[in-house]
Amino acid sequence: MTTTKERRPAIEGWFTTEDGDVRLLGTRCTSCGTPYFPRNELACRNPGCTGPKDGSELEPYALSARGRIWSYADARYKPPPPYVSPDPFVPYTVAAVELEAERMVVLGQVAPGHTVDDLAVGMEVELTEGTLYEDDEAEYTVWMWRPVQ
Amino acid sequence: MTRDIAVLGAGMHPWGKWGRNFVEYGLAAARTALADAGLAWTDVQYVAGADTIRNGYPGFIAGATFAQALGWSGARVSSSYAACASGAQAINTARAQILAGLCDVALVVGADAAPKGFFKPVGGDRPDDPDWLRFRLLGATNPIYFALYARRRMAMYGATLDDFAAVKVKNARHGLANPNARYRKEVTAEDVRESAVVADPLRLLDICATSDGGAALVLTSMEFARRHGIADPVRIPALSTVTPTFPKTVLDLPDFATDSAMTVPAPERPFRSALADAAYEEAGIGPEDLSLAEVYDLSTALELDWYEDIGLCEAGGAEELLRSGATALGGRIPVNPSGGLASFGEAIPAQAIAQVCELTWQLRGQAESRQVDGARAGIAVNQGLFGHGSALIAVR
Repeated sequence: MTTTKERRPAIEGWFTTEDGDVRLLGTRCTSCGTPYFPRNELACRNPGCTGPKDGSELEPYALSARGRIWSYADARYKPPPPYVSPDPFVPYTVAAVELEAERMVVLGQVAPGHTVDDLAVGMEVELTEGTLYEDDEAEYTVWMWRPVQ
Repeated sequence: MTRDIAVLGAGMHPWGKWGRNFVEYGLAAARTALADAGLAWTDVQYVAGADTIRNGYPGFIAGATFAQALGWSGARVSSSYAACASGAQAINTARAQILAGLCDVALVVGADAAPKGFFKPVGGDRPDDPDWLRFRLLGATNPIYFALYARRRMAMYGATLDDFAAVKVKNARHGLANPNARYRKEVTAEDVRESAVVADPLRLLDICATSDGGAALVLTSMEFARRHGIADPVRIPALSTVTPTFPKTVLDLPDFATDSAMTVPAPERPFRSALADAAYEEAGIGPEDLSLAEVYDLSTALELDWYEDIGLCEAGGAEELLRSGATALGGRIPVNPSGGLASFGEAIPAQAIAQVCELTWQLRGQAESRQVDGARAGIAVNQGLFGHGSALIAVR
């Protein structure tokens, strides 16, 4: 008998997968318009912003789901905890992706199956959800980048 | 009014993987620096310790730890933590005390005993700490960030793996005869190329190791130096520890993302270059006045970034400057004549202090076979990680 494990986000509230549409969840300042990821709920950090800066100026904001690779790298050796590594270790790739609208660079692992040889600076990528690690109970998922199909 | 302070003494405990307590390295460095200055521990009015976070509580209060090891003397004391810039922060604290006239003689000490392998976040489950989260959610070790910068250089400026290797070859050669360096061995480009890929495009020999070591400085007022019979000491006219300016658009540890430049344009000077610029302005000199530079080569590729950040060349010009031989000993502007982190490995709170030890010996003409001829001015810069960084200028 095969059972499908429950899938849970490895962190709550950082991304959504509603309707299969993966989006990073940040916040945005309603006074000056600056977006933030990860979520900033404390106060707008733009020193020139004239908003109240008590957190009331920050509203939920879903970031662009596509961007272009700013840079990329891979990990050939098992990192220390709290990274949860399968045994034996499986190398993974990390991309820094520039979002055009938000004018910011966001990191994410690259979906399994893509190595550094498949990537290039400037390449268009999109968000997907992938399994970061699993235990007996569940698969824990996180946002990942993958080349636009 | 002069903004100079004098460097009267410099001392180090050799870098290595000695497996002993960090206090021992700091104590040895402090005693060497005091002997170099011709002063006794009891002459010291202010002790500034640079903290280590990987050696338990004594590391968090390093100033008091070293003061106790030297023998409680009633000196005033401080302990500073600022990631890789902790040593510079301790120097800055001592400098401010001296310039404010609150003391004449200060001792700055930093030492570390480093664990093997990747630096990891300090212990415990802390899911609201970005440093913990970057390991958990991304597996973004320090070398991953260094590799991202390196790949970006390759794409933007045509840097090659051979250029990165050439930085290592140069620094290994510089460090050959440095008695305080951990690695004193020639390295060939082939050695670098054939070393294991850690985080593509960086190889093992592109990335600095983590080391044990200790460094100390005796800093005094200019007036005290003269009274002590030193008319022409090495001086520190500038030390910058500026923060980044919003929006910080260069990815930094432990960030998941840069600031957005959507509403405010990116600053004209990114963080590292702003650090150096503030020091130049404070010292009233420019990069053209430098005889040498000690830069924070956490990776070979980062040394190339620094060439541009401290104004040795335009953006994108670092590879050409390196290939011309200008940054090697004997060249126009030797960079990392000490051997740099490539030859030392990083002993975090000691490293920025060690850079100033090297500037001191170079400016005194005491650097032996790695001496930069006629050295008159040097800069020591320190990677801005976690929002901290430093640039210090020393002259004679």
